[in-house]
Amino acid sequence: MSNRPELIAPPEIFYNDSEARKYTSSSRIVEIQAKLSERALEPLALPKDDVPRFLLDIGCGSGLSGETISENGQQWIGFDISASMLNVAVEREVEGDLLLGDMGQGLGLRAGVIDGAISISAVQWLCNADKSSHEPRWRLKAFFGSLYRCLSRGARAVFQLYPENIAQRELIFDQAMQAGFSGWLVFDYPRSTKKRKEFLVLRCGPLPTNIDYGHNDSCSDDDDSEDEEDGMVCVLDRNRPRKKQRTNKKGKGREWVLRKKEQSRRKGNDVPADSKYTARKRKSRF
Amino acid sequence: MRLITHNMLSCNIKGVTNGFPLKVEAEKVIEKEIDFNPDFLRHMFAKIEWKALVEAACSLGYAELPEDSPDATVIESAADESLLKKLHHALLELHLEEGALVCPETGRKFPVNKGIPNMLLHEDEV
Repeated sequence: MSNRPELIAPPEIFYNDSEARKYTSSSRIVEIQAKLSERALEPLALPKDDVPRFLLDIGCGSGLSGETISENGQQWIGFDISASMLNVAVEREVEGDLLLGDMGQGLGLRAGVIDGAISISAVQWLCNADKSSHEPRWRLKAFFGSLYRCLSRGARAVFQLYPENIAQRELIFDQAMQAGFSGWLVFDYPRSTKKRKEFLVLRCGPLPTNIDYGHNDSCSDDDDSEDEEDGMVCVLDRNRPRKKQRTNKKGKGREWVLRKKEQSRRKGNDVPADSKYTARKRKSRF
Repeated sequence: MRLITHNMLSCNIKGVTNGFPLKVEAEKVIEKEIDFNPDFLRHMFAKIEWKALVEAACSLGYAELPEDSPDATVIESAADESLLKKLHHALLELHLEEGALVCPETGRKFPVNKGIPNMLLHEDEV
């Protein structure tokens, strides 16, 4: 992802009037947001008894994700730092209440009143220090601490994230754990770089026994042993020893090349067909 | 902003111990009708601070809620629909459109514009 909005300007400045309008009038973004929020509601595991629950939408923006919550028959409060985005939300007459606030300053809600929280592509903004007074670690701590307080016991929070690198992901995860949450990461389509979506699911209280697994490409034709690991990838075992690369004078060998080509094909890239010339060395006269 | 949100909201300034409830200074109040859902009200009833709700409803010009918190059993039983209707109106249908929320401890004002309270803190308040 080369053009990350996080690197351009702070959220309250990046999402100005024109950007907010652009964002909401793009049918592609509207569709993506709706899909993501639909997916984020699944791990929330709200009881299916037709009683509306009171949810929090953190970084609600123009209320695109809130609309999905309303369609699911829940009540919600939206939180955002960009006044322009909230103005668009007011024009669109969303059903939830809107608050202009900075999640890095804490949410300022009473203890134990919220039944669940979702956040679509918002929390990674906290990893940036946009002002001299900002310290990402403290801001994440204030955010997760206040979120932990305001959630009722057993409630869950689902964050769809775009961390820039592993360090950011671990920073977010660590701060959430320190606030007292238990949690796990869910990856949808872990093999594809474009389609991959990452969800951090947090829970007040101990880990539940039935953790849902990430969605997977139904069209991929892998062998069974690989399929099992596909859904969820644990990032925390980063100390795994690196595989020794089997190289000799002849290079990595035909099998290695075929395997790499197969991997690339699974991601959906254009790969030349295999032939007898595949991985054959050039003649020495070159 | 509806009163259900007001009932959840407390002042977030550093060092403030009881920033709840925020006082309401209403300039413009509107009403929007929404569907009556007794199940949701029963679910939320345990979480609501009754005194804060009555005060806030009064400052929006709606004084029909009883002063004392009704018993949970009254709310649970389907008998008293009229009370639930009042609660529904106060919690979900009254909107504070323009005005301000005032922190009870420091007196800091959080302005409300177009129904959106501005809860952003200054740097020295974090």
